[in-house]
Amino acid sequence: MRVIAWLVEGTWPACVDAVRDHAPGGAEVVLLHVTGAEVPGLAHGAFAGLLGRGHPERDPGDRLEALGGTSSAELLEAAAERLGRPCVREERSGRVEREVVAACEGAGLLVLARDGDRSRLGPHSLGPAVRFAVDHAPCPVLLVWPEPAPPLGTLPPPPPHHL
Amino acid sequence: MLLAAVLAWAVVRPFGLPEAVMAVPAAGIAVATGAISLDHARAEAERLGPVVGFLAAVLVLAHFCDVEGLFRACGAWMARWAAGRPVRLLTAVFALASAITAVLSLDATIVLLTPVVFATAARTGVRPKPHVYACTHLSNTASLLLPVSNLTNLLAFAASGLSFTRFAALMALPWLVAIGAEYVVFRRFFARDLAAAAPLGEDSGEPPRLPLFALVTVGCTLAGFVVASAFGVEPAWMAAAGALVLAGRALVRRRATPLTVVRAAAPSFLAFVLALGIVVRAVVDNGLADVLGRVLPGGTGLPALLGIAALAAVLANLINNLPAVLVLLPLAAPAGPGAVLAVLLGVNIGPNLTYAGSLATLLWRRIVHQHEHGVDLGEFTRLGLLAVPSSLAVAVVALWGSLQIL
Repeated sequence: MRVIAWLVEGTWPACVDAVRDHAPGGAEVVLLHVTGAEVPGLAHGAFAGLLGRGHPERDPGDRLEALGGTSSAELLEAAAERLGRPCVREERSGRVEREVVAACEGAGLLVLARDGDRSRLGPHSLGPAVRFAVDHAPCPVLLVWPEPAPPLGTLPPPPPHHL
Repeated sequence: MLLAAVLAWAVVRPFGLPEAVMAVPAAGIAVATGAISLDHARAEAERLGPVVGFLAAVLVLAHFCDVEGLFRACGAWMARWAAGRPVRLLTAVFALASAITAVLSLDATIVLLTPVVFATAARTGVRPKPHVYACTHLSNTASLLLPVSNLTNLLAFAASGLSFTRFAALMALPWLVAIGAEYVVFRRFFARDLAAAAPLGEDSGEPPRLPLFALVTVGCTLAGFVVASAFGVEPAWMAAAGALVLAGRALVRRRATPLTVVRAAAPSFLAFVLALGIVVRAVVDNGLADVLGRVLPGGTGLPALLGIAALAAVLANLINNLPAVLVLLPLAAPAGPGAVLAVLLGVNIGPNLTYAGSLATLLWRRIVHQHEHGVDLGEFTRLGLLAVPSSLAVAVVALWGSLQIL
């Protein structure tokens, strides 16, 4: 069985810990990080807005793309160390949520962390990217809280009965 | 036609040729065909000459601040102060990006600071998106304060007849409240990304070496602006002096050659600005003045200032803010400095509304073809729709208040 752990800045340790706790001993673990093309795109756009400056080699977007690759590798390195068992590291780039779903092809489990408002239980604890991955994953999904889950008291009251 | 050709060339940049390759001959054609009289062209060139010199000095100053390690030090300061906490990092980015944009111009923030901010966020495990967005927004919004902060300001400064200190005094409050409005919008808009605290936190990097020489030179240059304006000396000379000091030091230490100094001053960009000014003047002389003059509100009451700023913001999104300010300045200048500064608020804050400050489809297509990337245009525009009207409105009110008091 192949277990995919989708790691995101800020919340990845919870995913790694979940893999340690729940993945079967013989499973192949894949640590996945997806670099969105969006942030370098912002810098490309800002530079393009500077009319007349020429010098395409000064475009900060290119430097962001290069830096993104380095930081992705560093995150996976730290995660592999925390995991402490053999694993495969996979770096992808593109539209984050679609790359995650594509990486799940043939997998036995996807582990991912909530990326929304985590102050209360409820649907808002999933951001758009995780929501997409949960809805479209072609395999079982293990969805974890990056930090201890909020108490049951944050549950909204039940809707009133309609007669 | 000529203006459209110049702008299209500047956007598409065929064969990687500089923008000036089209703009300079276009200016020549405008003069040769009598679209602009030789007198007007000469007056325009004389008006733009000092502006272009000032610009060159600021570009050189920023370049050699980078050589001195100022921006690397900024990264280290931000990392240490934020210690992996995203909200603190955002605050640090706001403070530094605002200061750097104001003093070293928006080019410095976009080209030199943005990669440092991204690297800092990535290294400390913080999601980079809000912070990179902050750099792009502040490169526009925080470029209100000083004449050197933005090329649009330099152009307006020359047209307004204000002294350096009076310009800064009138724009200080609008600058502060516009940045404040952006900060509030960012904290709410990116609340989810900012809530994801970094797990590491202990890696704050080595203590930065203070780039003392660059900081003292920039400080002295700023002080020089104030002193020069008190004695009626062109502040451009102070910028040139600061640039010469930093470039001279780099030359002596063999960290630069005369060629790199000239390249840092971006001569083809300077030629482009000069030529664009003449072409725009030709367009304004041939009817655009009448059309826009009818739409541009007169007077300097609060409603008029709001109207001027809104019109300037729209125009900046249609044709990019550099041509927009060239078009609007001759129309706003007769109404006094209040109207000129309202134009500036519009053309400086406005470009945050559309990706790449627009010339929309043209730019969009070029960028899409050049880089396969996926900026979420919906998100970009939603942020712009929240940030631009709110920061523009409070800035105009603040400008109106400053004009009443000062």
